[in-house]
Amino acid sequence: MADRKVTIIGSGPAGLTAALYTARANLKPLLVEGLEAGGQLMLTTMVENYPGFRKGIDGPELMAEMREQALHFGTDLVQGNVERVNLRDRPFSLAFSDGKTVTTDALIIATGASARWLDIGCDRKLAGHGVSTCATCDGYFFRGKPIAVVGGGDSAMEEAIYLTRFASKVTVIHRRESLRASKIMQDKAFANPKIEFIWDSEIADITDLERGEVTGILVRNLKTGSLTDVALDGVFIAIGHTPNTALFRGQIELDEAGYVCTHHGTKTNCPGVFAAGDVQDHIYRQAVTAAGSGCMAAIDAERYLDGLPIPDETTDLAASLEAPAVNEMLKP
Amino acid sequence: MASEKVKTFTDSNFDSEIKNGVTLVDFWAEWCGPCRRLAPMVDAIAAEYDGRATVAKMNVDENPSVPGRFMIRGIPTLLIFKNGELADQIVGLVPKEEIARKLDQHL
Repeated sequence: MADRKVTIIGSGPAGLTAALYTARANLKPLLVEGLEAGGQLMLTTMVENYPGFRKGIDGPELMAEMREQALHFGTDLVQGNVERVNLRDRPFSLAFSDGKTVTTDALIIATGASARWLDIGCDRKLAGHGVSTCATCDGYFFRGKPIAVVGGGDSAMEEAIYLTRFASKVTVIHRRESLRASKIMQDKAFANPKIEFIWDSEIADITDLERGEVTGILVRNLKTGSLTDVALDGVFIAIGHTPNTALFRGQIELDEAGYVCTHHGTKTNCPGVFAAGDVQDHIYRQAVTAAGSGCMAAIDAERYLDGLPIPDETTDLAASLEAPAVNEMLKP
Repeated sequence: MASEKVKTFTDSNFDSEIKNGVTLVDFWAEWCGPCRRLAPMVDAIAAEYDGRATVAKMNVDENPSVPGRFMIRGIPTLLIFKNGELADQIVGLVPKEEIARKLDQHL
């Protein structure tokens, strides 16, 4: 017999919502928080688009609330880090970095995605010495100094705006001639007198590796090929994310970019393994969609454990919802 | 709550404290979320390596000079010193086992 009926890996909105629903269905879920507990929202400031908080809510505060709610209904939270999984044998087994092992009948993958780095090599070597993927963590070190933000999406604009609290000047470097960010974020960024833009450009090099600190960047214009040196003290990278799926490679189906392939809700190609949140979603990537898919994974996992057919597009959803177990989960 | 095995370094005592043996210094601040996640792992390392390595924390808000000298622009950062010389560094949140692995290389 397995140690657990259901285990969830990841503690962002997807993982914690899956925990909330499976806990309320008396499945006594085990949730492995992982190293970056709370997920990406722990590194954000104000979240203004999570329904129910019309004045906005602080990212870490929202996650603390979700965590408490999952605990309240009987989720077992562990702080470990899963190092290996075996999804070929039943029950599935998870090996932790401290040597412990847990077996489980169903698994919900909610490991999310992590910030992507540039592919010029020197950026990682200067991490912690002027190159960062987290403005709220490291912005403080750049008081009164000029810095750059790489990227043109919502997170890049959020970082740039946040960093103007500290930096003397924020230069946004973007590969295209217009931003991908939402209109409201663009307007905020364009209105900020401390933010400047370098369009159609990428960072070709970051100096000074030998001195072990950032002294400037070499900017390449992608249209003209021209190179420009810009002296500054910090580089914040906000060019998107890569899914945290290395753990599962070779055991479940991943797409070309490494995201878990889900179908008919949150099912993976391995029966009993479900995926929710950013680890299987490169399109919406919102706290609310992650939470929504976490709920779906919980319901799918419960139906799997009950031996019920999991609804797919050929099943009448209304009929399937009459199953008592699901009604139990959907009660207010 | 920091373990009693973890020392607190300041700009004024830093140089004398790292002079002998292997020392792991955790650079942190109150406002840093990942630092809070790392803290219990540093505490556990301090207990495990008691007598073999010194483990200390240094608040970057209260002590600007030493972090400046080592050009620390992001936290958490862990620096490992051997007999007063910088021997290794770990930037960002890593599993406890990774800290132990790096530390073992210098013991």
